[in-house]
Amino acid sequence: MKKKIISPLDLSTQDIDELLTLSDRIIENPQAFAHKCDGKILATLFFEPSTRTRLSFESAMLSLGGQVLGFSSANSSSAAKGESVADTVRTVECYADIIAMRHPKEGAATVAAAKIDCPLINAGDGGHHHPTQTLTDLLTIHRLKGHLDNLTIGLCGDLKFGRTVHSLIRAMMRYQGVKFVLISPKELQIPDYIRSDLEDGGFDFVEAERLEEVMPTLDILYMTRVQRERFFNEDDYIRLRDSYILDKSKMELAKSDMIVMHPLPRVNEISVEVDDDPRAAYFKQAKFGRFVRMALILKLLEVA
Amino acid sequence: MLNIDSLQKGVVIDHIEVGKSMEIYRALELDKLDCSVAIIKNARSKKTARKDIIKIEDRIDIDLDILGFIDPNITVNIIDNGEIVEKKHLSLPQRIVNVARCKNPRCITSVEQELDHVFLLTDEARGIYRCAYCEHQYQDHK
Repeated sequence: MKKKIISPLDLSTQDIDELLTLSDRIIENPQAFAHKCDGKILATLFFEPSTRTRLSFESAMLSLGGQVLGFSSANSSSAAKGESVADTVRTVECYADIIAMRHPKEGAATVAAAKIDCPLINAGDGGHHHPTQTLTDLLTIHRLKGHLDNLTIGLCGDLKFGRTVHSLIRAMMRYQGVKFVLISPKELQIPDYIRSDLEDGGFDFVEAERLEEVMPTLDILYMTRVQRERFFNEDDYIRLRDSYILDKSKMELAKSDMIVMHPLPRVNEISVEVDDDPRAAYFKQAKFGRFVRMALILKLLEVA
Repeated sequence: MLNIDSLQKGVVIDHIEVGKSMEIYRALELDKLDCSVAIIKNARSKKTARKDIIKIEDRIDIDLDILGFIDPNITVNIIDNGEIVEKKHLSLPQRIVNVARCKNPRCITSVEQELDHVFLLTDEARGIYRCAYCEHQYQDHK
């Protein structure tokens, strides 16, 4: 396995299989891993705030017996004084065994990776990559559906700017028999380069404008938020907005074993009345995020 | 046709797409040379209807990667004693450094000025280059 995980594609399918298997073992017996990282330090360098991701990483390391240090915004780091990303990570490498880094600019993790020897996990670089979100999604599917192949996955909402959606599509393209149902307004359809990848690879995919039409076909529904400001005109927004809000009535159209995923935080795209539905998987997904980060830290530190 | 004296010794950059000669002049920093440099625009061509040509009256080293990135159909002729002694054909370089700038405002290069601007050839058939950091596609390329 590579030591610098910048993009989900830095992980081979074999790496992912190993991480999912290790995550299974951690979930089954977390106590067996409680001291695997004794004496190790994780640095969480968050040049932009992301409480959820940072806490997930820190919880993962603490659950392995390790310790954490870092900062949670650029204002509380030397970046506020104008220090470069390269200099910051070079310095932090002297204090930590592994680094998880989030930065608002795309490619920041690539810059950091070129300058250090210790393992590095990209915890999000702007709208670019966020590999542990993709791993979280894959572990959720693996745990709740039992397999990653032969699934129909619906991705709903903002498919144009949604980083998690692009990464998940590319990750799922590596598995046999996966069918993609892309549900979005025309303005927010997947970018051309993702469509080219799907077409060139001969993948089975359909595009739809209304969630209700495709709901019965889905094994997985991955929801993302549609923001009003992404629409070109108010009429389209009013016409389509309700189609991208998941509620009880739409859930009635779905298969009994479908799962609903969401990278969180949600705003109003999933009605709270859906939370009690056993098919709502988004909070379980957050829990799996911690386990898969534990697995990744173990692998990168070679203490698994 | 406009006559430019034949070179006895030097470099001829030929088959330049019409209108691109000034871009090449700037990219190769030919303004810094002390020797004669002739830019011929809209010259008649056997291969294409029209072309641009640059003649340099000195045997300078030309960065073929820069030229290949701008237009891989260009040919570079090395002249000695009034004869072509070497004809160089170009291809798209795999990697270019500080030739083009990433225009993605969200790219790390937009805030860290010391970083090299690096583009990688990611799709040879389509001639697509992407920023080595943010993977944004280079838009000005053909």
